[in-house]
Amino acid sequence: MTGNRLDRGGLIDRSRPLEYRFNGRPYRGLEGDSLASALLAGGEVLTGRSFKYHRPRGIMTCGIDEPGTIVELLGEDACGNLAAPSVSLRDGMHARTVNCWPSPQLDVGAVNRILAPLLPAGFYYKTFFRPGWRFAGPLIRRAAGLGHAPGSPPRSGRFETRNRHCDVLVVGAGPAGLALARQVAAAGTRVIIVDRGMQAGGCLLDRRQDIDGMPGSDWASECHRALLENDRADILLNSEAWAIREHNLVMVCERSPNDRDVIERNWSIRARHVVMATGSGERMLVFPNNDRPGVMLASAVQSYVNRYAVRPGQRAVILANNDSAYSAARDMQEAGIELAAIVDTRQQVSAGAMTGLDGVEVLRGHQVNSVAGQRRVGAVSVGPVAGGPSRRIHCDLLAVSGGWDPSVRLWSQARGALEYDADACAFLPAGGNSQITCVGGSAGLHSIGRALADATRSGSRIAESLGFAGDGCCPQAEPDGDYRIEPFWCNASDGDAGSAFVDILNDVTLADIRLAMREGLSAVEHVKRYTTAGMGLNQGRTIGPNIAGLMATSLGTSPGEIGLTTHRSPTSPVSFGSIAGGRSGPAVLPFRHTPVTSWNIDRGAVMYEAGARWRRPGYYPGPGESMQEAINRESLAVRERAGVYDGSPLGTIALKGRDAGRLVDMIFTNIQSGLAEGMGRYGLMLTDDGRMLDDGVAFRIGRHEFLLSVSTGNAPAVYRHISRFLAVDRPEWKVRMTDLTCQWMNATICGPDSREVLAAIGTDIDLDRDAFPFMAWREGMVAGIPARVIRVSFTGSLSFEINVRPRDLLPLWERTMEVGSRFGIAPVGSEANHVLRVEKGFLSMGHEVDGTVDPHDLGFGWLMSRKKADFIGRRSVLLRRQAGLPRRELVGLLTEDAARTVPEGAPITPDGRRCRSEGFVSASVWSVVNNRAIALGLLEDGRQRMGETAWIRVKEERVAARIVQPCFYDPDGRVLKS
Amino acid sequence: MLQLNCPFCGARDEREFTYGGPLAERRPDNAGDLDPEAWVERITVPDNPLGVVREWWWHERGCSEWVLVERDTRSHALGVGNGEKR
Repeated sequence: MTGNRLDRGGLIDRSRPLEYRFNGRPYRGLEGDSLASALLAGGEVLTGRSFKYHRPRGIMTCGIDEPGTIVELLGEDACGNLAAPSVSLRDGMHARTVNCWPSPQLDVGAVNRILAPLLPAGFYYKTFFRPGWRFAGPLIRRAAGLGHAPGSPPRSGRFETRNRHCDVLVVGAGPAGLALARQVAAAGTRVIIVDRGMQAGGCLLDRRQDIDGMPGSDWASECHRALLENDRADILLNSEAWAIREHNLVMVCERSPNDRDVIERNWSIRARHVVMATGSGERMLVFPNNDRPGVMLASAVQSYVNRYAVRPGQRAVILANNDSAYSAARDMQEAGIELAAIVDTRQQVSAGAMTGLDGVEVLRGHQVNSVAGQRRVGAVSVGPVAGGPSRRIHCDLLAVSGGWDPSVRLWSQARGALEYDADACAFLPAGGNSQITCVGGSAGLHSIGRALADATRSGSRIAESLGFAGDGCCPQAEPDGDYRIEPFWCNASDGDAGSAFVDILNDVTLADIRLAMREGLSAVEHVKRYTTAGMGLNQGRTIGPNIAGLMATSLGTSPGEIGLTTHRSPTSPVSFGSIAGGRSGPAVLPFRHTPVTSWNIDRGAVMYEAGARWRRPGYYPGPGESMQEAINRESLAVRERAGVYDGSPLGTIALKGRDAGRLVDMIFTNIQSGLAEGMGRYGLMLTDDGRMLDDGVAFRIGRHEFLLSVSTGNAPAVYRHISRFLAVDRPEWKVRMTDLTCQWMNATICGPDSREVLAAIGTDIDLDRDAFPFMAWREGMVAGIPARVIRVSFTGSLSFEINVRPRDLLPLWERTMEVGSRFGIAPVGSEANHVLRVEKGFLSMGHEVDGTVDPHDLGFGWLMSRKKADFIGRRSVLLRRQAGLPRRELVGLLTEDAARTVPEGAPITPDGRRCRSEGFVSASVWSVVNNRAIALGLLEDGRQRMGETAWIRVKEERVAARIVQPCFYDPDGRVLKS
Repeated sequence: MLQLNCPFCGARDEREFTYGGPLAERRPDNAGDLDPEAWVERITVPDNPLGVVREWWWHERGCSEWVLVERDTRSHALGVGNGEKR
């Protein structure tokens, strides 16, 4: 035997040594080891430091429930907080203990231990409750954190997400899960079985238990093989089922997918039936210094000797309140660990428990009063539970069993009920769910024989319910004895309650729980939040119902009345990468592009997001030109010569059918059905609660056909609004709605020369202002391209919106630029567009309109039809206005200092005082044609205050502005209609 | 994630749908004549029962059909109304 490694046995490969580094020092382990087993084999006992007090800690468990040794991996495996026993050893691995510096042996942060009495639960809340948190917070956060997040993905490769469906999803490949999966797969169902281990078998790998006449681990391998040979079955190992969502959607993170390029793969598996075969976990007992290196769960010691052939100590004391520890004791003795004593808190020990343990001293009705040894257990002090003299027993290992808790995290997430079972001293799944079944350990069955029988029964029932043959024969397990338990929640006087840990991971002691109770917290959820017990990496595994038991004792009730805290996803930490999968960067929400995007980018346009995920040029800076200079040049081009902008993202919706006229009258506030063919009309759309949905133009295409042109960003909302109205409220109306946004692209030529530009491009449409008036649309050829030309304007200048098929936009655009260059045409971005619309006082939904604004406030009361008996939104707007309260109204604002621009969103207050605002600046730009700053705003009773002064607050300064009509260019519309 | 039944497309994930609110009486033709309190009630006080609800879902990222779904808000169990065509 070398070190603590046994010469034979275990599921490790002695012919394949692995080199690894731990806290910078080289070590050697074996293929099949976990990081924890390799460290124990190497004789390392002090392997961690605790979260808050920096107490020395060792390895306490054999799985993700580990509270003592949390590590981060460096280099290729880079990963944050991991439980050391859950890390499979790999050649070349480099692990580091979190939360200590420079090493667990010599930890500077251990100074906190001296301060421990000053750091009770709720300390930070109480101490740094205003104003100190602002300063202390960052310091405390730095000191408190565990591992570091890797700066970049651990290695080359990608994360992946995938969807899958199956008949039966089995979570947990222990005896019950394997038996059930094999049975229902043989019956013909599509089965997926998921397990977080690297190897199928679950608890069979940790125990010595024969099934069907062969060792349990061999039986598990045979089940695994049978499943692999079945085309309908699949097995995912090293995979965490971390959440269950509605209708049996289970999220599974596969940690080592069979694909070199994939780092982790997240499965969303929709199953007709989910089987929870998640087994059970052992819990710790609460007594002074129960966190010392060398204190371990009895089942963990059993696992280390059986699975990894490692002896975690030479001379052990066992502390238990149940029978399961006796089976661990037998395996420990077999492995050559000297059993100094078994300390049982019960007076009665089951007959048969002592089989094979002749000669071992059993102290019935005793407890451990304290543990000696700072950096490793040296001795324990043992005395009667009822009180009496203590006795000191030398040992280097204390194996503790506080009883077993079914792993019900997923069941509980799926809203499964839990009930306290006084015989089992544990919360067991209760109540039914026709699509989810708990089997074996997770159903509260301790014996493997009974778990297998339960799995077989459940398998038959599930297969039948899914329409498959239900028979199956039950694997036969060697009998594994009784399981009896008596509650034992703690032993610690008030004097040493500060070293009796309830939640070892989070450094929550019995004293903290007692403090919470003293302060009046009587709900388990509150105690959790106040003390942090049950939070963090292991989510309260190894605590089980201990807190409920302690609270129940204190409140004179039963643990069942106290209950457990709610389990939420994820059941254990999952990387963000695996959740995101391929959805990173622009793939999260792809942009929509118009056919001239490349042309724009080639000309150096600065691209903006225009709403509804469209990308559009903001402005086109020339060589050496600033943003403001570019905007000024573009807006001036439109006012004096010609500009062209890409209006393709505007929403285009076609309505066709006998009732199309009724529909447009219903959704617009004004009458649209009276439009002549070939004409359009501006209008507003409201929702029935009186909010403004959008503004837009309706065109009459034919007798029963309309075309709506709506805002880019609101187009999806308008479509949904109309779609719902037609489907839900007026299903009998005959109207078909089609979204044509991406079928019509447009180039909008605007400016005084635009008529000449269009004529020079070449069109068969009569452009004369009487033949083609404002708000008309015409069909014809433009530059040899079939087009629909519309005389609408969002800039206030003469405009022709040339709509063409998407594939024709680029040729049209290039032709326009080529011909237009003679007129000094400029491509115009959304910034200049914004300037031009503010000059005209045209609305922008995102600026002037929020949920409080109605058409009257915007000066559009004339658009609220008085002739129509009803339209969507009418009733609510009228009701709201009947209240007669002051309204914020749209006004123009001219700063006294013409050069002074104010920020958009700046509040307007009475006299500029620091008080409740009476309005705000909704838009503010530099107007080149006016050679001054102009702004729009919403101001209480603004229309009655024309000519008065409004005070805009900009930080601590107040800026005076004259209240004027909200139009700064061509107020009578002569240019617009020219 | 719920799995809803579309009469045209079959069982589909919730992410293909947009919630469309509870099934309510259709919008009256004479909204202008309604008693103000009844109107405000209709607009602002939707039911939020613990139990079986009937609600609209829009199969927006699918066939664009509006679908009526019967769902138990406690268990998400879908009732017989699941996937009824409007």
